[in-house]
Amino acid sequence: MMTKDPILKVEHLSMRFGGLMAINDLSFEAYRGDITALIGPNGAGKTTVFNCITGFYKPTMGMITMRQQGGKEFLLERMSDFEVTRDAKVARTFQNIRLFSGLTVLENLLVAQHNKLMLASGYTILGLLGFPTYKKAAAQSIEQAKYWLDKANLTDRADDPAGDLPYGAQRRLEIARAMCTGPEFLCLDEPAAGLNPRESLALNELLRSIRKDTGTSILLIEHDMSVVMEISDHVVVLEYGQKISDGNPEHVKNDPKVIAAYLGVEDDEVEEVIEEIEIIAETAPGDTH
Amino acid sequence: MEYFVQQLVNGLTLGSIYGLIAIGYTMVYGIIGMVNFAHGDIFMLGGFAALIVYLLLVSLFGGVPIALALFIMILVAMVMTGLWNWVIEKMAYRPLRGSFRLAPLITAIGMSIALSNFIQVTQGPRNKPIPSMVSSVYEVFGISISLKQIIIVLVTAVLLTIFWYIVNHTPLGRAQRATEQDRKMAALLGIDVDKTISITFVMGAALAAVAGTMYLMYYGVIVFTDGFTPGVKAFTAAVLGGIGSLPGAVLGGLMIGLIESLWSAYFTIDYKDVATFSILAVVLIFKPSGILGRPEVEKV
Amino acid sequence: MTNTTSTTAGADGNLMARALREAFYAAIVALGLFILFVGLKTDQNILNELILVQRWGLLAIFVAIAAVGRFLSVAYIRPWAAARKATRAAAPAREANFFVRNFSMIAVAFLIIYPPLMVGLFGVQSSLKWVDNFGIQILIYVMLAWGLNIVVGLAGLLDLGYVAFYAVGAYSYALLSSYFGLSFWLLLPMAGILAALWGMILGFPVLRLKGDYLAIVTLAFGEIIRLVLINWTAVTKGTFGISGIAKASVFGIWSFDVSATNNFAKVFGLPMSSAYYKIFLFYLALALCMLTAFVTIRLRRMPIGRAWEALREDEIACRSLGINTVTTKLTAFATGAMFGGFAGSFFAVRQGFVSPESFVFLESAIILAIVVLGGMGSLVGIAVAATVMIGGTELLREMEFLKHIFGPDFTPELYRMLIFGLAMIVVMVWKPRGFVGSREPTAFLRERKSVSGSFTKEGHG
Repeated sequence: MMTKDPILKVEHLSMRFGGLMAINDLSFEAYRGDITALIGPNGAGKTTVFNCITGFYKPTMGMITMRQQGGKEFLLERMSDFEVTRDAKVARTFQNIRLFSGLTVLENLLVAQHNKLMLASGYTILGLLGFPTYKKAAAQSIEQAKYWLDKANLTDRADDPAGDLPYGAQRRLEIARAMCTGPEFLCLDEPAAGLNPRESLALNELLRSIRKDTGTSILLIEHDMSVVMEISDHVVVLEYGQKISDGNPEHVKNDPKVIAAYLGVEDDEVEEVIEEIEIIAETAPGDTH
Repeated sequence: MEYFVQQLVNGLTLGSIYGLIAIGYTMVYGIIGMVNFAHGDIFMLGGFAALIVYLLLVSLFGGVPIALALFIMILVAMVMTGLWNWVIEKMAYRPLRGSFRLAPLITAIGMSIALSNFIQVTQGPRNKPIPSMVSSVYEVFGISISLKQIIIVLVTAVLLTIFWYIVNHTPLGRAQRATEQDRKMAALLGIDVDKTISITFVMGAALAAVAGTMYLMYYGVIVFTDGFTPGVKAFTAAVLGGIGSLPGAVLGGLMIGLIESLWSAYFTIDYKDVATFSILAVVLIFKPSGILGRPEVEKV
Repeated sequence: MTNTTSTTAGADGNLMARALREAFYAAIVALGLFILFVGLKTDQNILNELILVQRWGLLAIFVAIAAVGRFLSVAYIRPWAAARKATRAAAPAREANFFVRNFSMIAVAFLIIYPPLMVGLFGVQSSLKWVDNFGIQILIYVMLAWGLNIVVGLAGLLDLGYVAFYAVGAYSYALLSSYFGLSFWLLLPMAGILAALWGMILGFPVLRLKGDYLAIVTLAFGEIIRLVLINWTAVTKGTFGISGIAKASVFGIWSFDVSATNNFAKVFGLPMSSAYYKIFLFYLALALCMLTAFVTIRLRRMPIGRAWEALREDEIACRSLGINTVTTKLTAFATGAMFGGFAGSFFAVRQGFVSPESFVFLESAIILAIVVLGGMGSLVGIAVAATVMIGGTELLREMEFLKHIFGPDFTPELYRMLIFGLAMIVVMVWKPRGFVGSREPTAFLRERKSVSGSFTKEGHG
């Protein structure tokens, strides 16, 4: 574990909304090439962490460092949302799918390649005059889109409006669209929410192949434990804005704190679990890495 | 100092009229999220109704006590514009409810054009002056306050109180607030949403009619285009105060009235509307949902 | 079988009873609505006092129309519409015919032969009205609406003060031409650039605003510019306006000034007529429209155009894809404003006179109405809407024969805006998404399928 190369380092992150401390002094790392899962009960602050990482919220305190392949470092908490994607190469999806529903599936993927195409079109001017550089780039962008359509198994629906797709396909399209921005780090907010078992399986497949073929590291928020346990290499557990566990799925699964807080126990077992935790806390103080 | 207070009084009067119109904008916006562009013309219609009633009273009975005349004018104008707005909502806005949001806005703009031109066609394009109805002026500490101004501010205050009571303490007000929050849920809980929305339109129109009557009494003249400028100012007031908020509409109205009269008094009258609109722009740039409006939280 | 017929008969009877009842209510409501405004008319007597004139006959006509209209609507029109809808739904979608498929090509071809056609039909002098009042005026509105379409239709930013950029363009030409004597061909692009600059200046402060807040601030900006034009008399001559604006020339080769030696008519040995200038302006307007359409179509297929449409659909998603929404919005404002500026300077050169009168809020409203009535984003739809709304109301000026029906006092022009307003309402209620409700995709893999209007969003404006 220690030899791993962190791609994202979150240090002492805190986020306050009025009187509510949504995240309290959170620190964790995501490693390059890993699928890291961020789990926790409802209201634990998972999406808030995501919004801080991707620049949609400005954290009250703390530091978020993104280290790219070449070693270039970005302090995400100082960047605005679009710069996080454009410069730091961190892409994201949303819990409540945000597609461009009136654009076709293909167009959705082309919009994601905006910055690259903008440059190729000479900030519109060369493209307007019909320069060949833009035509070439445009053709390439369609090839790129095709590649992801294929991966997401959406080629047949390429010319349909995104709003017309079934739910599971919309989820896959959103991931494909995020990948079209060419990210090194992909943040997925509950990608399996609302999927049926078959779609869920297809999603796992897609995520694995993203990691394998592009080397993109993934951070995901997930409620579906079967997804988390099956595909993630590393799990971070939040409760009330604080980290309660961090490690590989096996470790987390057996962490009594996690069991008590998240995986849920029967009502009559609560006492028992609390006692157990107290014993552990007494015998082994310190962190659970 | 006296000059300043004098301008405050004038601004307050003007602001009361704007506030009364602004409430109509803000209520309709609150309940169906639509900018009822024709509301300014409803106000003008109210003014015309009051004018015609006044002329009718004079021609039927010769002289009528002013208080009684004003009362009848306000009452008839309220009923009249209420009926108009009820029909307008039913025929032009209701079929578009729930569709695409720009459609009702365009319909409302069309309605505004149609209403002002309807009055132009039926009542003629000229200014309609009436002899001064109320002319007493009182001197208080060197400030002259006319009876008209007192009537306007008093009527506004009384109406606002009644209104505030209706919205906050009656089943109707509760239905309105529920419809505003969540139309579907309100309907599921047995609230007649269509009726509630209709009543909201009628209430807004009735207040605009009062404003129209006050306007006619204050300036002694009305013309078919008079819906536009006060309408836009009142809309500005509603937005400035935070559209959807009743106290915001009144506050916005008073602010616009004060800005206008103070600017005209101390700077040049030519640029008073420029001042109003610039202040609106500046306020919104720093407070994008108005002074008392609920800030729109960007859910990510 | 007999059972069915009897129920239909019963239903018919019910329908009639209902229609009569509704007609009665409609009559009462109409009586209430119109009793003061139609039944009585305020008029000035010799002493300049207001008096009331009674018009009970007219009121009766209004009430009767309401009742009969309601009766017909309930008893016949609605059942007919419902039946038609049912058969429509049952019938398979029809293939678009040749005319529909090639509509824009046919329209452009028609516009090119329009002036000679009018000259042929009405003679040189009488064609003026058709070329100028109909042709040029409609083309100006098409240009304006296409410009606004970029802001409202594509980027989804509701702009109620678009007329400001029209004014900037018109006044740039009027002022720079009369103070510095610059030529139209130099000033046309300059007017566009100045308007674009204003688009950015006015766009910048409103970037954070959404929906109706954006609408009212743009409305306020439009009014501010108009009020400044009225009050800054030293430069703009206030409400008097600027007159005697220089005419455009054919690229400096031929002039349309009567006194000039290279006057167009003189050079070609034609009889003097203002019609040539108007025909020239018609083609100029057509060229500007074509330019606008060409640029819009091209832009839609470029990253910036796609970003505009994406912005309309979901701003937050745009930002998550690394799109700078600030510059995207500003370019939309600037591009839209630029076309407004072109249209403005063209307007100034056509009228030879500009005054703040031409740039009131109503103009913004009309242009916006054309964009929405046409179908946001659709160039063809918008052009059709401009033709119907502007051409239609312009036709009312021509309805001289109505005087024979309603008497010599009848001025159809008076009803122009009333009918315009009512038409706006009727069209919106009938087709809330405008004439062309669907959207053409900008790229496709296998086949180009129109996107139904029910999927496209209208932006936060």
